[in-house]
Amino acid sequence: MTATDPITGKPIKQVHLAAHFPGVNSTTVWSDPASGSQIDFDSFEHFAATAERGKFDYLFLAEGLRLREHRGHIHDLDVVGRPNTLAILAALAAITQHIGLVGTLSSTFNEPYELARQLQTLDLLSGGRAGWNVVTSSDAFTGANFRRGGFLEYADRYVRSGEFIATARELWDSWADGAVVADKAAGRFLADDALGLVDHHGPQFDVTGYGTLPRSPQGHPVIVQAGDSSDGRDFAARDAEVIFSRHSEFEDGRAFYEDVKSRVEANGRNRDDLKILPAVTFVLGDTAEEAAERSRHITLQQVSPQTAIAFLEQVWGRDLSAYDPDGPLPDVEPELAAASVTRGRVRHDRDVAATAQKWRELAEAENLSIRELVIRVSGRHSFVGTPQHVAEEINRYVQGDASDGFVIVGHLSPTGLDEFTDTVIPELQERGVFRTEYPEGGTLRELLGVRPPVAQHPALVTSSS
Amino acid sequence: MTPSSHGAAARLDLGVALNDAGWHPAAWRAESARPAELFTGRYWADLARTADDAGFELLTIEDAFGLQTRSPFGAVDPADTDQVRGRLDAVLLANWLAPVTKRIGLIPTVNTTHTEPFHVSTAIATLDYASRGRAGVRPVASAKPHEAAHVGRRTFPEFDVANYAGPEAQALISEWFGEAADAIEVARRLWDSWQDDAIIRDRATGRFIDRDRLHYIDFEGAHFSVKGPSIVPRPPQGQPVVALLAHQRIPYELAARQGDVVFITPHDDAQLASITAEVRDAETRVERVGEPLRVWADLVVLIEETTDAAQTALAHLDGLAGDPFASDALIVSDTAEGVAERLLAWHAAGAEGIRLRPARLPLDLDRIAQGVVPLLDAAGVRSPRADDPAATLRARLGLPAAVNRYEIEEVA
Repeated sequence: MTATDPITGKPIKQVHLAAHFPGVNSTTVWSDPASGSQIDFDSFEHFAATAERGKFDYLFLAEGLRLREHRGHIHDLDVVGRPNTLAILAALAAITQHIGLVGTLSSTFNEPYELARQLQTLDLLSGGRAGWNVVTSSDAFTGANFRRGGFLEYADRYVRSGEFIATARELWDSWADGAVVADKAAGRFLADDALGLVDHHGPQFDVTGYGTLPRSPQGHPVIVQAGDSSDGRDFAARDAEVIFSRHSEFEDGRAFYEDVKSRVEANGRNRDDLKILPAVTFVLGDTAEEAAERSRHITLQQVSPQTAIAFLEQVWGRDLSAYDPDGPLPDVEPELAAASVTRGRVRHDRDVAATAQKWRELAEAENLSIRELVIRVSGRHSFVGTPQHVAEEINRYVQGDASDGFVIVGHLSPTGLDEFTDTVIPELQERGVFRTEYPEGGTLRELLGVRPPVAQHPALVTSSS
Repeated sequence: MTPSSHGAAARLDLGVALNDAGWHPAAWRAESARPAELFTGRYWADLARTADDAGFELLTIEDAFGLQTRSPFGAVDPADTDQVRGRLDAVLLANWLAPVTKRIGLIPTVNTTHTEPFHVSTAIATLDYASRGRAGVRPVASAKPHEAAHVGRRTFPEFDVANYAGPEAQALISEWFGEAADAIEVARRLWDSWQDDAIIRDRATGRFIDRDRLHYIDFEGAHFSVKGPSIVPRPPQGQPVVALLAHQRIPYELAARQGDVVFITPHDDAQLASITAEVRDAETRVERVGEPLRVWADLVVLIEETTDAAQTALAHLDGLAGDPFASDALIVSDTAEGVAERLLAWHAAGAEGIRLRPARLPLDLDRIAQGVVPLLDAAGVRSPRADDPAATLRARLGLPAAVNRYEIEEVA
């Protein structure tokens, strides 16, 4: 059944694709006339219907639990305002049939008992399509919105998520298979000994009691993880089914892929049980030139003059509003102590002094204005070209073991996925590397081709009735 | 004092309380019950559509932060295999029902003791978006020791139900309801934390939002603090409807402070009048401003062709359960005509709405829809069925549009 590549002789891999809701971030262009609401339910309906029409593995929603601030004020330049992740996924479960539903949910600002139950509810309501992108925050800034506060030492992030997932798994496994017998005549709603007591006591959590739901269709909802450090990779290799990576360059992707897959094997798992999906943006055109021109246009919308200044202020740590975005970089030096003033955003580069120096050199070498520099360092689109070219690239990455597929990020809400679905998906299908139909009743695990961990649930005592 | 203090007093509003296979502990064994489907969305969608098509103003969904127990304050016994155990999360279930219903208000139960008010606020705001203005919430405080053990950070003493009027129990109740009041206050402030016109998409200045129309709520309470603003823009109704079930003074005062609707549990006409008077007194004591509470009466119903058949069916269920069914609310097992008469009598006695708790689901809900509602329509006490399908839950309950507190401040 598995076809092989005529050149390499290796089995041809199927491409896995996730659809990222183009919501709250600086990628989403709100100034375009085609940009709609990022919050009205119509937008989510449209997006989900498009993603399902495209036979994507899952749709994905990011989460932010406090509005970002820049220099002490709410950041006002990007799209902001989003729904509650679990609630909107539950609503979308009702109006979709096949597509997976994955959301980012914090293991810092939730309790394992409650979140495990909510994810199990979503899995039951959707017929086995739930997934959870696990994130942890060491951030007292976000914690200010929560009764627990939630400050967490940075070094303890994976300790907490590891124990959180372990506790959730105990809860997901706590009812025996076939626990609900609902035998009216015999008066037995539950089988005997069907409920196992969860009695978890660890450094992070103390949970004692009984779960409130039968095992869901997937047993355990799919776990997605996004960290990139060595600890993060180990965590994913042990606990996750998808790693949402930032390695979207081919050679970089191959190195990451090999590293993570070998860690998966070292954990006694099958390499296929963890899928690696980098986030990518794309711009399409009828010709390569047209696509390049559109890419330039979109980038200018993404990096407005004000956005360029605000971006630079994050590193310079001072008010740069007097500088011309179309002029040279500021002549003043960064205020190191005050850098990272945009709070509530995941920072990728912690060494601001080195970053400022690098940017200065780049701007001087290529005579870049502030805005041009920001576009250069932040605004590159991953795949730009004709639908055929983009499909070829996606397939090259997957067959070349630079990834197992991609999380596709469009730039318009809610229509950012339409063109990709209509033009790139058929190209992938024609190449025989992407599904043309969903399997009937398939779970998200089945769509991804990943197996659940072995359940540790109680042995059911079946009494004859 | 007349309880019918809002303009639409001539109208009777209807709600249904959805719980498991019905409110009778043995309801799941009724011939018509679908107990194997309690954990599927389809079962709940069928119930919600029945109530929606029948023109109910709202439905509520029961929930708790732990497994059901035999008595309200009892411990979980895993050997209780003869009753329904297990529940879907009510907030997620309500969101699931939003796109598959058209007009009915959706009111899930939420716990105020262990949940994060920020998550509750955003989930209900999202429900309001997904339902296009039909969201409500029914907050419940929990002091059950077994529920606290699920979180592991607080312990509660065993609650002495027999001495609930004593000072110790009342002090505990005050604390739980104080925390509930704070949780509701936070949810309400977060719903207002974006003014309606906060999203400006101003190309000239590059600003998507006007940060001056977003507000930190800076809530500081005895149990928690919340900074704000919400991550969700102000929901379509501005303020989703807050409904509370209440049985005594402290809960009446909580409802009077924070509620839009209070569900009460009278057992006869006289009690309906006396409880309503207590609710109005509570409103005076807490110096409620704005709209008076909508006072709804709860009623458990079991409906058969004849009164005798209804009594027999109830006795049969009681026999299966092993105990006579006891409820905080009045249990009426009767014909559709008998139930309609009771509803009309209570409406005449001042109930603005009635929340029916079907003893058996889906059977008694079907019979309410097919038998009771037409009788109420014929009596002319219901809103016309041709209600605007775009109407919000607030509008259907006769509540005025919610004015944002920060706009009031701006004017002041």
